[in-house]
Amino acid sequence: MSDKSFNVEAPLSGTFYRRPSPDEDPYVEVGDKVKKGTVVCIVESMKIFNEVRAEKDGIIREILIEDEDPVMSHQPMFILEPI
Amino acid sequence: MFNKVLIANRAEIALRVIRACQEMDVKTVAVYSDADKDSLHVKYADEAVNIGKPVARRSYLNIEKIIEVAKETGAEAIHPGYGFLAENGSFVQACETNGIKFIGPSSETQRLAGDKIESRRTAIKAGVPISPGSDGAVSAEEAIQVANEIGYPVIIKASGGGGGRGMRIANNKEELGNFLRLSRGEASAAFGNPDLYIEKYLMEPRHIEFQILADEFGNYIHLGERECSIQKRYQKLIEESPSPIVDEELRKRMGDAAIRVMRSVGYFNAGTVEFLMDKDKNFYFNEINSRLQVEHPVTEMVTGVDLLRQQLIIAAGGRLELSQDEIQQNGWSIECRINAEDPDNSFTPNAGLIKQIIFPGGPGVRVDTHLYSNYEIPPFYDSLVGKLVVWAEDRNMAIKRMRRALSEFYIEGPKSTIPFHQKVMQDEDFIKGNINTHFIKNKFGEG
Repeated sequence: MSDKSFNVEAPLSGTFYRRPSPDEDPYVEVGDKVKKGTVVCIVESMKIFNEVRAEKDGIIREILIEDEDPVMSHQPMFILEPI
Repeated sequence: MFNKVLIANRAEIALRVIRACQEMDVKTVAVYSDADKDSLHVKYADEAVNIGKPVARRSYLNIEKIIEVAKETGAEAIHPGYGFLAENGSFVQACETNGIKFIGPSSETQRLAGDKIESRRTAIKAGVPISPGSDGAVSAEEAIQVANEIGYPVIIKASGGGGGRGMRIANNKEELGNFLRLSRGEASAAFGNPDLYIEKYLMEPRHIEFQILADEFGNYIHLGERECSIQKRYQKLIEESPSPIVDEELRKRMGDAAIRVMRSVGYFNAGTVEFLMDKDKNFYFNEINSRLQVEHPVTEMVTGVDLLRQQLIIAAGGRLELSQDEIQQNGWSIECRINAEDPDNSFTPNAGLIKQIIFPGGPGVRVDTHLYSNYEIPPFYDSLVGKLVVWAEDRNMAIKRMRRALSEFYIEGPKSTIPFHQKVMQDEDFIKGNINTHFIKNKFGEG
């Protein structure tokens, strides 16, 4: 992995969701190319659902959190490689 | 009476149930998620069992796990609190199947009450007024036809709904067509039920609800009304009992109507019938809440009836201890909901560490909360973290007492709704009892 890789961090503490609802496919999988602004996950805090978007174009190299697990504010959730 | 009760909930309501059980010599089992190890309900209960991950779906909503814990610990009954599994028909059924007493109404009643179209029909049959609207679910064409008959604005509601989801107000035919599409999508996603109906939209109504108690032998009483008009986005923030607008004659008519609705769905245990009321004091059935409600303390304060104690007695097969004649509303009670939300920033929820908390006290003050100094509010659940309730001889005194209690309430850490309540308690219209469900929107631009 190149040292230019970058993270998507949790904007606030809460629950990490990989999919829009339990019956739907995940927003992204490892290997997916995402554009700046693509929704990669949801972080729910106190019943408010916050969509989290990629800040730059990139390829998803690693997903660091299990679906529906807790995340802390600023915790890295994805590692991306720049395109 | 039961020997042991499991509480399938957390936070302040779990404490409320545990307290009632302790006063009745009933042993308690708390369940908790990984996020709630340090929660007071875990400390106060006789036993506490970890039931999984913080996300509610993996803990407080895990029906199988909770039933399993009840069986393992020998709990004979489950109190669901409010929220989570309180109005979940499958959970009630699971309790019934496993020989565990659910402290609340039957699964069949839950089903009837949870279906809004079904409960509108029930109200009609019981001779209780409903706001004009469609008879059952409507297609777009039917909705437009009904709207032409009853007149705009109309409100679109989801049959499976609640909490304002899928609800939209349409002022004309074009809006109605567009909003029906949006609401149908939302209703399918949120409730798995795309059925929508429409009602005449009441301008600036008041929200007034009646507390009902019923035993399993068909005896019903009401404990008077609660005025819950101070809401933002259909979430109540301040409740009081009695209502400044309800007199003895109206109370009797509304109370009788509420009992008729509950009787027709075979309701037993504690429950609430919600009404909307227009400026001319016409009231319309809104919905049944088949659970104990957040705001139950204001009823307890004015009637002197411990609703939790009554719930336990009824669930254990007892008869109502009180007759309608014995219920009196004495004095005035107001509740302010303390939410971990920033009232200066669109009521955005904020979790985090409570560095220090100092509770108000003195005569006529009750605080129901799970907060304590150095407790960390987890971000996984509802933002309601406490209820400040006061009682006084009359409404004026109650408002003054609430101001005094709010000024004593000190929280160092996350923002709370305390400053918002302080503003409302100084508001001239609130003081005059001049309130409706658009109060917050009109005064504060929120809601």
